[in-house]
This record gives sequence, C-alpha cells and structure tokens, in this order.
Amino acid sequence: MSNIPKDLQYTQSHEWIRRLGDGQVEIGITDHAQGSLGDLVFVEVPDVGRRVKAGESCAVVESVKAASDVYSPVNGKVTASNTELASRPELLNQDPYGAGWLMRVELDAAAAAAPFLSAGDYANTLAEAAG
Amino acid sequence: MLETIGVQSIEALFDEIPAALKITALDAVPPALSEMEVGRLLMERAARDGRPLNFIGAGAYEHHIPAPVWAIATRGEFYSAYTPYQAEASQGTLQLIYEYQSMMCGLTGMEVSNASLYDGASALAEACLMAVRANRASSSRRVLMPRAVNPTYAKVAAAIAGNQDIGFEPVDYDREQGRTLLDALQAYSGQDFTALVLQQPNFFGNLEEVGALSDWAHANKILVIAVVNPTSLALLAPPGRWGADIVCGEGQPLGIPLSSGGPYFGFMATRMQYVRQMPGRIVGRTLDVEGRPGFSLTLQAREQHIRRSKATSNICTNQGLMVTAATIYLSLLGAEGLERVAAASMQRTDDLVTALTRVKGVRAAFSAPRFHEAVLLLDRPVAPVLAALAHRGIVGGLDLGGSFPELGPALLVCATETKLDTDIGAYAAALSEVMTQSRAGAAA
Repeated sequence: MSNIPKDLQYTQSHEWIRRLGDGQVEIGITDHAQGSLGDLVFVEVPDVGRRVKAGESCAVVESVKAASDVYSPVNGKVTASNTELASRPELLNQDPYGAGWLMRVELDAAAAAAPFLSAGDYANTLAEAAG
Repeated sequence: MLETIGVQSIEALFDEIPAALKITALDAVPPALSEMEVGRLLMERAARDGRPLNFIGAGAYEHHIPAPVWAIATRGEFYSAYTPYQAEASQGTLQLIYEYQSMMCGLTGMEVSNASLYDGASALAEACLMAVRANRASSSRRVLMPRAVNPTYAKVAAAIAGNQDIGFEPVDYDREQGRTLLDALQAYSGQDFTALVLQQPNFFGNLEEVGALSDWAHANKILVIAVVNPTSLALLAPPGRWGADIVCGEGQPLGIPLSSGGPYFGFMATRMQYVRQMPGRIVGRTLDVEGRPGFSLTLQAREQHIRRSKATSNICTNQGLMVTAATIYLSLLGAEGLERVAAASMQRTDDLVTALTRVKGVRAAFSAPRFHEAVLLLDRPVAPVLAALAHRGIVGGLDLGGSFPELGPALLVCATETKLDTDIGAYAAALSEVMTQSRAGAAA
C-alpha cells in the first residue's frame, strides 16, 4: 500500500497539492505514481515564471520504461521548480512528498477551487483501479 | 482469401474511408507484370539515361565509392534496412551504429549523434521540431529560414513542421555575395524566434559567415540549426565549433550512389543538454552484468513505441543499410582521405568555373568564397541550353529559374573529384558550341 499523507490533496492523474498559504501551492507526484514508473532517470521541471493552466502538461518524469507527462492541477504562475532533480532524479523515488517536489505555483486570484481529491478519496481511487 | 472473409473485392475493405479522401489516380496502376517483364522494362528505362557526364549537385553529389564499401555493406551480416527488433541480440549492428555516431560527432564537433534519419530534408524538418522542444526561452514557434537554404529542404520542413503550427520566416540573401548577411538578420533583433537555420555551404555553394550569424542568434536566444555537407566538414570548421546547437544534413555524399534520388540517409547531432529532445534511435556503449562491454539502444523512453503521440518524432526511420555503407566509406577513407576528396572537389569546381566563364555569355554570379558548387549567370534562358547539352551527353547543372527567378537565367553547377580535366574541357567545349549555335539561331 502506497503512502498517502492526510494533509495533502490529490488528482486522478496522481499529482499531489500542498497548500503553502499566501496563495501558493507545492505540486508533486504521488508515491503510487513514482512506484509505478520505477527508477527515474530524468525529471524535467518547468522554468520559473511560466504560466501554467490546469490540465496542461508542465513536467516530464522519465524512467527506463516510460516518459510521462505531469499535469498542472491549477492555474497560475510557477514561482519555483525543483532543479535539484535534474542531477538527482532518485530524490523523487525516495521522497515523493518532500525532497521530490516538482514545482511551486502562485495561484491565479480568480481561480475557483478545483475539485481535488482528499487522501481518503484518492486511496479509494487506487483501490478501485487495483480492482 | 476475399471469399474466406466474405468480402467481394479488395476495395470493399477500404469502404470506411470517405470517398472524398480516396485517391482515384491509383486506378491507373497497370496490372502486374512478371519478373522477366519488369526486369526488361527497367533495363530499357535505365538505358535511356545513358552514361552522361554529370555536373549537377544541388543536394546529391557524385563521389567515387571505393569497391569494398558495397561489397562489405551487402554481406548477409549487414544487409538489412533497419535496426533489428530485439536490437541487443545484434551486437554487430549496434556496434556499427555506435561507430557511425562517433564518426558523425567527430565530423560535426557535437557531443551526441542519433542512428540516422530518413534523409537530409526531413532531418531539417525534425531539427525544427526539436528546436521548438529544446528552446525554452522562446514560445513563438517561428523559425528563420534563409532563402540560401536548399529550397527543397525549406519546402519539406514547411510541409512537415508547418502542420504542427510552426511558422517560417524567409531571410533574403545578398545578390552580390550570394550569402546571408548579418544586416538581414539584424532586422529581427529583439524578436522572439525559436531557431535560425544556417546551411554551410549554402545552396549556392557559398560559405556563410556562420560564426557572426550564429553569435547574433545566440544573443537573441535563438537556437542555431546547421545544415551541413559531411564531405565539406573535412575542410571547414565543424559546426560544433561555430556555435550550432543542432546539426543535420544529407549523408548521401558518404558512399551512397545517386540512384535517382534515394534511398539516402539523414544525420543529426546535438549537444548533450538537448539529447532528450533529439528524435530517433541512439546506441550507447555499456557493460553487461559480468562487466563485459556491449552496446544497447538507449534513451528509448521518448520514442514512439513507448510514448506514442508524444514521442520526440513519429517519423524516425533509421536508414540502417545506408549508414552501414557510410560507416565503411568513412573508415576506408579516414580523415585524410575525406580531406583529399573535399579538397579535390573544391579544386575541380574552381577549374570548372574558370573554364565555363571563359565562354561568351557566361559569368559567375557571386563573389563569396565557395566549396564545391557555384552559380553561373547566362545571357539567355537556361532550359534550352541544358537541353542542348543533354543531347551531347552532359548534365549541365540545375536551372535555378524556378526557385530564384530574381537571379535571371542562372545555373547551379558542381564538379567533384570524379571529374577529370578532360571532362571539364568537354563541358566547356560543348557549352561554347551550344551558346554559339543558339546565338546564331537567335540572329537568324
């Protein structure tokens, strides 16, 4: 069973969202996602200052098996991205909710609260998918 | 078989395709011929070409191909058009591709090469698509395409990349020098462009001032795509040294016969920082579990069999057999041999220009230094002159009227190491005769 911290929100496409206050969120991919991908060999994060839209591809995580897009769960502007991952992609495997974060986004003021999943709902989604 | 699956005709299998999209011209395909009939037909057609003296280049070049090149390339161990499936089972093939990549890196002065692409023109299209992925400082999807770039390449790039929402901005060339001037680029300073294409030597055979043009591009956060002739790299500075970010081109001059236009192969090389944006296959050298050296395909996660529509390319054909021949060609010639081919071709073209411009009504078009092609201006339409030369067994060059009407009657000529003094003399004599006759004809 993968680790799903209670204090985060989730998406169907396996991203997590951490509210940082001051209108910013931190975004990464879940423990389940990193486990499915296997050992990551390369992570491409967005440039600081880039505007992202919800549902838009904003990062790429690449393992020896596959390269997958990461979708922004929110509308906003990238204020920081985890460039450490360029040289140490394994951080995302080791600590997906901590040192393996992907980017921080300043939310657009007018953005409506998106219907994210709670930890419990995300766990149910995974359980259903596992059938 | 149709009966077994319960279908009336083979056309019925294509009923799903709307009639408007079907190409009816295929109805004109004649019924099948036997092997003997096909052999006879093709021999008759080949005989029509004769064995003309060829002075046309324009992207495909007639070079001497040492006999061992194809004798080795067509051995059973090599004779396949593709990288095999389960590629790692074919260590010899992978080693050959690895050696090829190493040679292309050496020639271009770049850090990484792919296993080849379809041809030179589609390699440029792929390079434009790659530049859009690689240049994160640009969001314009616009590429500066000098008019001195091979017009066929520009058309292919527009056809492939144009459909993916990439725009091309033509940049004019200097009429007197026959190359792209920094002044022409400076009009675009401060604007958002993704890439600048620089062909060296350019389509006219002239040498661009690539260092200055490339510096301008980088100062404007524009990536530089170099289109180069691999033979020329034995003499000219490698694009890696003058600042190219992506290098591509046509590999045909490296041991591939002209063969009516193909099959040829495209090559592409880049800097390590862009390797993940490069299309096509890459062979890497590695160690197996017992520590023995071996070769494997690498960085496959971005290829189409894994990443589908989001792959770095969906037309990354690797021309395995052509690459085999090119690798053997380069191995046999070595750096010194290739340099001699390049220097001889340059000298022959110089001799050709000298001989042809002695003919009344013929002059050189441009003042820039050149490699092994040149543009000549005639005092009358080019097409009838070329037709009259063809009657004399000479393919006199490419009529530039279609793509560069502003030059007036202009002819692109090329002489490689395959042309002897007597060949050049024969061309000059025939041209003189044709020009005198058509002058007399015009007067009468």
